[in-house]
Amino acid sequence: MAEGLQEVAPTTGAEQFQAGLWRQNPILVQALGMCPVLAVSNTAVNALTMGLATASVLLASALVISSLRRIIPAQVRLASFVLVIATFVTVTDMLIEAIAIDVHRALGAFIPLIVANCLILGRMEAHASRRPPGAAALDALGMGGGFVLCLLTLGSVRELLGNGSLFGMTVMPAAFEPWVVMLLPGGGFFALAGLVLLGRWLSGTPARKGAGP
Amino acid sequence: MIDPELWSLFVNAALVNNFVLAYFLGICPYLGVSGRLDSASRMGAAVTFVMLIASLCAYGIHQVLMIMDARYLELIAFIVVIASTVQLVEMFIRKTSPALFQALGLYLPLITTNCAILAVALFQTQRSYGFVESVVFALGAGAGFTLAMVLMAGIREKLRLGAVPDMAAGTAITLVLAGILSLSFMGFAGIGGQT
Repeated sequence: MAEGLQEVAPTTGAEQFQAGLWRQNPILVQALGMCPVLAVSNTAVNALTMGLATASVLLASALVISSLRRIIPAQVRLASFVLVIATFVTVTDMLIEAIAIDVHRALGAFIPLIVANCLILGRMEAHASRRPPGAAALDALGMGGGFVLCLLTLGSVRELLGNGSLFGMTVMPAAFEPWVVMLLPGGGFFALAGLVLLGRWLSGTPARKGAGP
Repeated sequence: MIDPELWSLFVNAALVNNFVLAYFLGICPYLGVSGRLDSASRMGAAVTFVMLIASLCAYGIHQVLMIMDARYLELIAFIVVIASTVQLVEMFIRKTSPALFQALGLYLPLITTNCAILAVALFQTQRSYGFVESVVFALGAGAGFTLAMVLMAGIREKLRLGAVPDMAAGTAITLVLAGILSLSFMGFAGIGGQT
């Protein structure tokens, strides 16, 4: 994790936003917050909901924690961060249950599990607790955006290959034989491995020795 | 005598619905600490231990919150109580058993907010397990995590001798390995019954 966090301090707001989207992408480069990525990316709708939920929790917690950064004592900062995050996750959980009960059922325990997403806690510790709210919000938006993009790509690919459909609509010709493996847990690992490889190839970053955190 | 239903609950949590390979929980430590066999097995032991404590705490909290009719506080209560209990247990172990602390110590604080731990608490509440069932479920989940961890560490130790393409070294190759392991664990489907 430490390697991923020693980033070059971005100078402008735009750079900060872009860092999360691509150069420091939470999933492709830092390998953070993998659990929900793999677990709920079997359809595009689930993936999008999960991505948006995580991104909004990230943004809201970043704003609150960054505003409170002078009040929170350093000794109990992790516990305070977790409390703030857990509050927003509970709110998000109830919101999704009220708006889209079907998706809520499909995602099951994975919405409460956003609390334990190391991406969020990592950003709070490394960034939001040290910057003014504006910069923290930009960083959260960039990271959240990068997270949503990755999840959406993964969900679309898995749904397209595994079910021949996209957002519930059949798009592949009838002769297409669905790759059932893509919907199984194993397919999630393979698809993410492919995505990480593609990201590395596109950005030309040399591989790190040893896996992420 | 072991109740056959409890035994099937254990097998189910450990093999059929393995936390790492079927539910994708605790992927971060799984990818991070599985580089060497000895640290992997220690990590597994520490996770099992914390899962057991978390499961006990969650059972108690659930009972209290049911009485207070405040289920919306569950998530917040779980994470805070589990985190602080683990801190207490860590201090206790450091005082009473330095050897055990040496074995688990470094990993204990690391895994407090591991999603697999919280998932044990959430699943047992959702499925309304009783006290004994909760403990068996936590033990099974921990055993499954340790097994997946040790298997992966064994493969990765072998892999160090092989030539991995530069592009795939690190995260990508580990994910492919996890995918293959996950497919092979599907062979367990059918034993242990339904959850």
